[in-house]
Amino acid sequence: MSHATHSDQDAYFIPEPSPWPIVAVASVFLTFLGLVFLINDMGLAGSLIMVTGFAILAYLFQGWFGAVIDESLTGKYNGKVDRSFRQGMFWFITSEAAFFITFFGCLYYLRNITLPWLGGEGQLASSNILWEGFQYSWPLLNLPDADTTKYVAAKEAMGAWGLPFLNTIILLTSGVTLTWAHWGLKKNNNKQLVRGLIMTIALGVLFFCVQSYEYWHAYQDLGLTLNAGVYGSTFYMLTGFHGLHVTIGTIMLIVIAVRSARHHFTEHNHFAFEAVAWYWHFVDVVWIALFIFVYWL
Amino acid sequence: MSVATAHDDHHDSHDHGPPKGWQRWVYSTNHKDIGTMYLFFALFMLFFGGAMAMYIRAELFMPGVQLANPDFYNNMVTDHALVMVFGMVMPAAAGMANWMIPLMIGAPDMALPRLNNLSFWLLPAAALMLILSILAPYLFPGSGGPVNTGWTLLPPLSIQNGIGMDFTIFAIHMLGISSILASINIVTTILNMRAPGMTMMKMPLFVWAWFFTALLLIAVMPVLAGAVTMLLFDRHFGTSFFDAAGGGDPILFQHLFWFFGHPEVYVLLLPSIGVLGLVIPTFARKPLFGYKALVYGMGVLAVLGMVVWAHHQYTIGMSLFATNYFMIGTILISIPVGLMLMNFIFTMWRGSMTFETPMLFGIAIILMFSFAGVTGVMLAVVPADMQYHDTMFVVAHFHYALIPGAVFGLYAGVFYWLPKWTGHMYDERLGKIFFWWTTISFNITFFPQHFSGLAGMPRRIVDYSIQYTEFNMISSIGGFLFGLSHLLFLYIIIQTIRGGKKAPDKPWEGSQIGTPGLEWTLPSPPPFHSFTQAPVVK
Repeated sequence: MSHATHSDQDAYFIPEPSPWPIVAVASVFLTFLGLVFLINDMGLAGSLIMVTGFAILAYLFQGWFGAVIDESLTGKYNGKVDRSFRQGMFWFITSEAAFFITFFGCLYYLRNITLPWLGGEGQLASSNILWEGFQYSWPLLNLPDADTTKYVAAKEAMGAWGLPFLNTIILLTSGVTLTWAHWGLKKNNNKQLVRGLIMTIALGVLFFCVQSYEYWHAYQDLGLTLNAGVYGSTFYMLTGFHGLHVTIGTIMLIVIAVRSARHHFTEHNHFAFEAVAWYWHFVDVVWIALFIFVYWL
Repeated sequence: MSVATAHDDHHDSHDHGPPKGWQRWVYSTNHKDIGTMYLFFALFMLFFGGAMAMYIRAELFMPGVQLANPDFYNNMVTDHALVMVFGMVMPAAAGMANWMIPLMIGAPDMALPRLNNLSFWLLPAAALMLILSILAPYLFPGSGGPVNTGWTLLPPLSIQNGIGMDFTIFAIHMLGISSILASINIVTTILNMRAPGMTMMKMPLFVWAWFFTALLLIAVMPVLAGAVTMLLFDRHFGTSFFDAAGGGDPILFQHLFWFFGHPEVYVLLLPSIGVLGLVIPTFARKPLFGYKALVYGMGVLAVLGMVVWAHHQYTIGMSLFATNYFMIGTILISIPVGLMLMNFIFTMWRGSMTFETPMLFGIAIILMFSFAGVTGVMLAVVPADMQYHDTMFVVAHFHYALIPGAVFGLYAGVFYWLPKWTGHMYDERLGKIFFWWTTISFNITFFPQHFSGLAGMPRRIVDYSIQYTEFNMISSIGGFLFGLSHLLFLYIIIQTIRGGKKAPDKPWEGSQIGTPGLEWTLPSPPPFHSFTQAPVVK
């Protein structure tokens, strides 16, 4: 990037003292504090504290990202700052990947180690000690402890080739439209950029709606709930955190679309666009893994 | 967009001195100020966690329950560990990284200064959350007893705990966010902010050590976050990850915890190895022996550290294959660790050595950390570990690993860099007294625990059989002396900040040998903004 090497001559931008980080700390602390009160049924206080935390979060994003956009538009960032942002985003996504790998690892461990033991396989089998007669199969529709009232097994498993397959197609298509938008940006074709982003956002929202309907279907028709033993636990933990990331990603895409419509990006200077694109593709890849390991196999 | 709260100071924002008043610290985007805050926070938590240790030793001074109820004792054991690991060692090491890495590699600041401020200020908030978890049984009567699980937070006990456990879980979330953000910042700084000519293989060893530390944190901190999130769901939302009745497994939590927990040991250790890599060559006046081997060794250690976690869980009933794998993997760790210690010894070999306080700590680390290495190999052997498991022998082992391995490295760093940070020389006589006082009292505290452990005294229990009384009395007396020595540490630090002999730019004559950082090219203390124009390294 000739543009970047040229501007490396300028001093690296060090921001002035900023109130935003401490606002972020207040937001995180209040949100968590409220959540603790809320899940322990401690009355209205929990909800109020948590809502305050979220309100500060919204104010924070408007303010902090606003300040950063301002600095970017007034040309304070040279190529080296841009590389810092890119590398920072890369390592952030790496840590996100580690977070999801944790849950996939749990799914692997439960399906291939714990449940076979409980079902009587191998030298460490515990079927005769704990719950005699438990037969292991995945998806887990019969619980190891048949008499427990704490959990209610799912009646039916979630098939892969209905709604989940539709969602796979939706997300993969959104990856294509996002890349098309990126091409538009590289060609300085703002119309293509904005259109591509709007299509991507629409597909993201569509995915969210299909996923919500799928959850409703799982609760109403399949009896697949959070209480349905580890099948339900892993299903909702993995798809839930993925859905949360789709939601965050969609909000990020909306911000980027508005900024694109205001011509904030040039073919050289568009870190924010690429960061969001990386994030969206990462969420895509997680979904592929989800489709294979949670729904299909 | 306007920055609403940064109001009237705005006109003089191009002034290059530090801002005035509380905003200097709370709004800081300066790596030196943030580093200083990290170090003071760690110092405060050292006394906070130390007070808990004093309570533990007082309780164990005699058999029988002396001071408080067993639940409170177990709560103190839990929070002593959490405070010392997350509140003391990691912030102290992060403070040194903040102060020194930009100076060493010739960067104007950390790569992402505002993020840096966020990483720090999450820590006091997390500490507040942790204090709430201690106070929860008294603040919210009827909401369950204290957190009494130990820092491993193992289910099913952690699922049965009261509201205090929820505070602990969210404290861990905040500590985790803080560590991940700080690590992202450090890796980015090291990769992107080096001055022209400061190639990776010219970096001081401390920078390399933090590079691997930060990579480890990025990889394993999210695992702990995921694990405690599942714990939260099991506690409140009806999932059964850790309950076999629903097909889950409490052992799964152990695997997740130790997948984080074992690399965490190297997170605590590596920055101190990095400090050693500066202190030993400086006072031996010889270049580091095998710089490249040390760098690769740390890389191997980081990778191996991620695949041996289950040696903390030999007694849970793993398959024979898994047990053998984890045993062999663990013993392999002694190769890179041995290589590091040997390299430091060869660095000293025939050097013209002097024994200032940092060097004394450096040599003590090599000796006493080797001791932890030897007991570590004992514990790695499965049949032997079946005997040692959950005894005071393990407590002795990991305190020998973490106090000489991590904390003494931080002391060495403090004494090595105090002249650079404050512009004053510390009192060498007091420094040496502090060294001998801590080293001797540390050994009095923890050496007898090997014996009581081998004789069968279990850890994490408030009471003990009368036969262990003598060992515990010796241990407690040592513990009180060790605790007391830190008042001298505090005194030395305050004294050095307030005055003393003026420190030259290069307070240690040997500091330019081998792969020196650029911090010695700056005055002591360095100006508020340094290297705004990148220096060129030849």
